[in-house]
Amino acid sequence: MKLKSLALRKSFNLGATLLMATATILVLLPLGIIFSHILKMGLQSVNLAFFTNIPQPTGVPGGGMANGLAGSAIMILMALLLGLPVGIFGAIYLTEYGKGRLATVIRFSADILAGIPSIITGMVVYTLLVVPMHGFSALAGAFALALIMIPIVLRTTEEQLKLVPVSLREASLALGVPMWRTSLKVTLRSAMTGIVTGVLLAIARVAGETAPLLFTALGNQFWSRKLTEPMAALPLQIFNFAISPYEDWHQLAWAGALVLVVLMFTLSLAARWLGRSRHS
Amino acid sequence: MVNSDKHRNGDALFKGIAQFFALSIIAILLLMTYRMVAESMPSIRAFGVSFISGSNWDAVQGQFAALPYLYGSVVSSLLALLLAAPLSLGCALFITELAPKRLGVAIATLVELLAAIPSVIYGLWGIMVMVPWLQSTVQPFLIEHFGFIPLFSGAPYGVSMLAAVFILMIMIIPIITSITKEVLLAVPQSQKEAALALGATRWEMIRIAVLPYGRSGMLGAVILGLGRAIGETMAVTMVIGNTPQISLSLLAPAYTMPSVIANEFAEASSKLHSAALMEIGLILLVVTLIVNSLARLLLWSVSRKLGGGAK
Repeated sequence: MKLKSLALRKSFNLGATLLMATATILVLLPLGIIFSHILKMGLQSVNLAFFTNIPQPTGVPGGGMANGLAGSAIMILMALLLGLPVGIFGAIYLTEYGKGRLATVIRFSADILAGIPSIITGMVVYTLLVVPMHGFSALAGAFALALIMIPIVLRTTEEQLKLVPVSLREASLALGVPMWRTSLKVTLRSAMTGIVTGVLLAIARVAGETAPLLFTALGNQFWSRKLTEPMAALPLQIFNFAISPYEDWHQLAWAGALVLVVLMFTLSLAARWLGRSRHS
Repeated sequence: MVNSDKHRNGDALFKGIAQFFALSIIAILLLMTYRMVAESMPSIRAFGVSFISGSNWDAVQGQFAALPYLYGSVVSSLLALLLAAPLSLGCALFITELAPKRLGVAIATLVELLAAIPSVIYGLWGIMVMVPWLQSTVQPFLIEHFGFIPLFSGAPYGVSMLAAVFILMIMIIPIITSITKEVLLAVPQSQKEAALALGATRWEMIRIAVLPYGRSGMLGAVILGLGRAIGETMAVTMVIGNTPQISLSLLAPAYTMPSVIANEFAEASSKLHSAALMEIGLILLVVTLIVNSLARLLLWSVSRKLGGGAK
């Protein structure tokens, strides 16, 4: 093989290095612009009323997204109740019992499920819950969010359970502790921080979901009294206000975006911090 | 022996519960697919193949054909991918091979945080900031200087295919970058050192040791980005202009499959209308199932090669 001259090779190297650095700048630049915009516009419009009031008609000052914040919290909580058992027990099955083809199929299904566009999850839940119950409801919204959460919780929990040393399980079994108690009290407990990390990430993911709520929770201008009624959610309100023609509603949408982004970053950073402290 | 029998019962029960929940994952996937097929049957029966070849979408006349939506989805996703893939690859290489460790970790953390920003917030920024900028600055410039190319002809609406391409590009870059980074980190150190020891420059080391090793994984990351772009709903709906037309010009408004579902499904005027939207959802589901399966298989093959568990 004939080598090119050293000078040529070095200039190729320099060119490639510059290209990679440029790519990195081009990746970070738009994201920096977006974030600074949210910060600037959001800080201008966020105030106490945002957290305590419900949306007001355009022109009336003092509108907020209190019902959206509460609605999001309620639906995420219900989604956790529905989704966590499936995700965590599914992960226990995969790590403790799952060998062979069935486990591979389950893992693959979970990965595929995680890739299904969330608007389709919304459509399916519409046919499963909204049509039979004759109306949009918080319950349907929570169910859709749970479906999105399950594969995330399953895969992160499985990763964490796999990290628990086999010797720990064997020690417990050798002491005569049955398998199920070992799983719950030894394996699951030693992986607890990791599982909490996964749950935080799952919450961060569904807290911003808008598409699956369009045909399930629908949104609500007012407070919802029952779980079988349409319910407001923060991302839905941001969407509706953003596409409205009114300047004061746009302000509210920016405030909502800032609150959502801060929530998201807090959850992600907490998850990262928990994940790191475990490994060091 | 009573005690051990109890153990066995407890264990069997526990295993049963765990297995039930694990199997329910498969059940959910099958149920979702079945519901989509069942609900779109009226539309499949009424329109057959013409559903994906025609372009007449008229809720009043009860005529539904989805070609403009398919076209919008395919074109916006592919163009976004075309722009995002090289940038993501370059950024991932910068993080893993060039940057000092601290800087690399900092950039990677930033990128991962950005992957967590919800779609609706990108949409908000898109509609408030990017679209007015495109309308006032970018599109007039393109029309003035490149207007003779059909791609850049027409009037500056702001909301357009171009806006959707840009917003999708920004949204899928963090995903592709962070998965590519994981793939590149898995390249054995010994391979890189061997290349450097032979006198390769840093770029030659990347070309002969890193890229061939990570090829299938990187392809998996890019395809995963495609799957994400095709299913992306809120941000695209907010900036693409929602006009069902097939136009060569990137400056013209367009429409995508998820967008038409988001806009029309809750207020579908007839059984056939909602069935037609379901069929669009079904097409979307099938496409994402294929794309994601392909991506997962590629990524799994990487982690298997390294002897680790499935990723």
